[in-house]
Amino acid sequence: MYAQMVKSESTDESAEAIAFQARIDAGEKIEPKDWMPAGYRKTLIRQMGQHAHSEIVGQLPEGNWITRAPTLERKAILLAKVQDEAGHGLYLYCGAETLGVTRDELTEMLLDGRMKYSSIFNYPTLTWADMGAVGWLVDGAAIMNQVPLQRTSYGPYARAMVRICKEESFHQRQGYDIMMKMANGTPAQKKMAQDALNRLWFPSLMMFGPSDAESTHSEQSMKWKIKMNTNDELRQKFVDQTVPQAEYLGLTVPDKTLKWNDEKGGYDFAEPNWDEFFEVLKGNGPCNTERLAARNKAWDDGKWVRDGMMAHAEKRKIRKVAAE
Amino acid sequence: MSSPNSAYPETPATQTKAKRQEWPLWEVFIRGQHGMSHRHVGSLHAPDEEMAIKNARDVYTRRNEGVSIWVVEARHIAASSPSEKGPLYEPSESKVYRHPTFFDIPDEVGAM
Ligand SMILES: [Fe+2]
Ligand SMILES: [Fe+2]
Ligand SMILES: [Fe+2]
Repeated sequence: MYAQMVKSESTDESAEAIAFQARIDAGEKIEPKDWMPAGYRKTLIRQMGQHAHSEIVGQLPEGNWITRAPTLERKAILLAKVQDEAGHGLYLYCGAETLGVTRDELTEMLLDGRMKYSSIFNYPTLTWADMGAVGWLVDGAAIMNQVPLQRTSYGPYARAMVRICKEESFHQRQGYDIMMKMANGTPAQKKMAQDALNRLWFPSLMMFGPSDAESTHSEQSMKWKIKMNTNDELRQKFVDQTVPQAEYLGLTVPDKTLKWNDEKGGYDFAEPNWDEFFEVLKGNGPCNTERLAARNKAWDDGKWVRDGMMAHAEKRKIRKVAAE
Repeated sequence: MSSPNSAYPETPATQTKAKRQEWPLWEVFIRGQHGMSHRHVGSLHAPDEEMAIKNARDVYTRRNEGVSIWVVEARHIAASSPSEKGPLYEPSESKVYRHPTFFDIPDEVGAM
């Protein structure tokens, strides 16, 4: 997902930890100043940080098309969508900061590769149809994961998710709207739409992460209610929801094994190539280098602005004190 | 920097060099069109109050969520401590008669 393969710390057996778990089991929200196991804090910083980084880096593949949107209206919509993603990153960073990590530390960990962001944003967006497919599939997959996270145990995280979820449905619908236009357009446009689906289908399935059936990390995170469903559950839900939408568009999901399974009441489908997934996580995806370089450049180029505005604010403060 | 009663925990991480260079943290409160009072919506970083309000406009009111914004630097907020929860709220727990339902008023009396 936006937070993939987040390593979970283990908990301890202290009386405090047991009382803490009881609060979570009772459905109470944990707030910043409440006692929490060090592992819970650490795991959450990792997960919320990775989630925030994904929102921020996720602006790049879409920002790529803002200047080339086919109409002024599409351009304004895409701009608003990308601006929302910046907002999502900011809600999540400020949530993570309540755990005692600073914004700059989080940023630095992204920039030097110590922290990850979602694998999906290391794929290129080659045509305008990709803007449709990203909104439809990538935001669609994100919604699958984010809706249950509105009930996560950590208060600031849950509240950030509520805000984010309110905005995500616009993202997915504007994407699907682009897909409808393209799929019902000229044969060349329909081909572009199909091509976008072909390229983004499996990377979207990878967003949920590999099967976590036997992962102890997920088990602990689920106990702490910072992970609400297994990766396989969410992936299945996503496929079941998305396949009929592809059919409506008259497009073909690029999976020959895809078949409705009456017994389980869901589709059988092919797993993505997990070797490819691990390569992308390691930094060897098609756009890893480009994405990190873009974030580093933005950070470095913005330094004089950050410093200049702080200096100006301090100067004003001194002048104000002198005038009083 | 912040007192032990600030809204957030003070951990070693918050005292490192990164904090020094950062724009201060502001808490944002918004009152909606039909809202009765300002509500806390989140926080953001900004060099001063003017920029904090402008940033709050962009981050927290992209869909007409508000008609009024308050910002306050996070370090100026004092918060009650969760460990005092018991003693702090105990006085109100023992005074059930503060609630109107404590009193049985006969139906014949009518609305009251
Ligand atoms: Fe988002
Ligand atoms: Fe997103
Ligand atoms: Fe989104």
